Amino acid sequence: MKVAITSTGDNTDAKIDSRFGRCSYFVVYDTESGSTEFIPNPNLESIEGAGPASVQMVASKGVSKVVSGEFGSKVKSIFDQLKIQLIVVNDPSKKISDIIELLNQK
Amino acid sequence: MPVTIREMKIAIASGKGGTGKTMVSANLFYSLQNAGMKVSLVDCDAEEPNAAEFISGSSAGVSLVSQKLPVIDTEKCTFCGKCFEYCNYHAIVFLPPANFIQVVSDLCHDCGACVYACEYDAITEINKELGKVNTMQVNGQCRLIEGRVNVGVYSSVPVVKKAIQSLNCEDIAIYDSPPGISCPFIATVVRADYVVLVTEPTPFGLNDLKLSVATLEQLDKPYGVIVNKAGLGNREVYEWIAQKNIPLLMEIPFDKEIARIYSEGRLLAEVADGYQERFLVLSEKIKQACHE
Ligand code: SF4
Ligand code: SF4
Repeated sequence: MKVAITSTGDNTDAKIDSRFGRCSYFVVYDTESGSTEFIPNPNLESIEGAGPASVQMVASKGVSKVVSGEFGSKVKSIFDQLKIQLIVVNDPSKKISDIIELLNQK
Repeated sequence: MPVTIREMKIAIASGKGGTGKTMVSANLFYSLQNAGMKVSLVDCDAEEPNAAEFISGSSAGVSLVSQKLPVIDTEKCTFCGKCFEYCNYHAIVFLPPANFIQVVSDLCHDCGACVYACEYDAITEINKELGKVNTMQVNGQCRLIEGRVNVGVYSSVPVVKKAIQSLNCEDIAIYDSPPGISCPFIATVVRADYVVLVTEPTPFGLNDLKLSVATLEQLDKPYGVIVNKAGLGNREVYEWIAQKNIPLLMEIPFDKEIARIYSEGRLLAEVADGYQERFLVLSEKIKQACHE
């Protein structure tokens, strides 16, 4: 299973980015292989539409879950229709490695 | 005092709500109207229009504002992706592996490119109502035009534009602008000849004022400042505008009586001595600034 996590940096020591559509990086973590892919958010500079464009981006990576600090209502409704599960982590001090650990416990 | 203003569009704005911009707009409108001018007040604060609480008029028509919205029929769609490529506004979410394609209505700019792009007749357009523009006749030759966006509509810009377009060459138009500095604010002030920024002499007021000024500088619009609730807070706003050479157009004191008049939906210019004259002086200053 693949999971997308919003990240402030391009390595697993970076902290989670609380803004879904305007995060710095998306991390695509594969729970089977343990691999991580860091993708700079191409929509960071968009004036509007960063949310849905980011949904487009992570969904096209084939993820089944997305971890971030917050999701707007528009974004939520598209993810719902795509049957992608959203996990809200309200702790900005969490590192990507912490979240990967949490995902592996489940 | 002779007031001989012809054709002038004034936007009254502030960085946040509640600073008194509607009070200024409504009083300026009232004073000019009372002085025999042909003036219109356009309430562009379409999310929360409230100028009508201060000005009464008789209804002179309502027009609906709508937008065309493309809808994709997933039965006909072959997932060729052409519409997705054509859309410049990220308004189409397109995920062929999930058999998913959808227009995100809040982002759609009604440009029609996707309809043009689709070769499979899978996209049709429906009308989506965004809001309305109410026109009220005030004292014969003056009008209050109110833009009101529907609840849940993402952007009030189309309603603001329609409200402003509903004017037909009144001599003076006053735009009660949306608060903030985002698209609805910009859509309002770009259509004005002069912008009046209403602020409070507090650190928050100064902070918002700086943001508004930065935006207006980019747009290259002439502007000046009214300090409302003068006497409250500190001198920082005054020092900053003096240093920036921004004209201080007027001060309205922080006063219980003024607050009471406002909360009762009445106008200073109507009930408080000297205020009609003060608002006419304000309009003179703006006129001069416009002609500089
Ligand atoms: S009408 Fe224009 S903005 Fe709207 S979805 Fe189609 S291409 Fe995108
Ligand atoms: S262009 Fe038409 S057929 Fe192609 S993906 Fe868009 S809606 Fe479907």
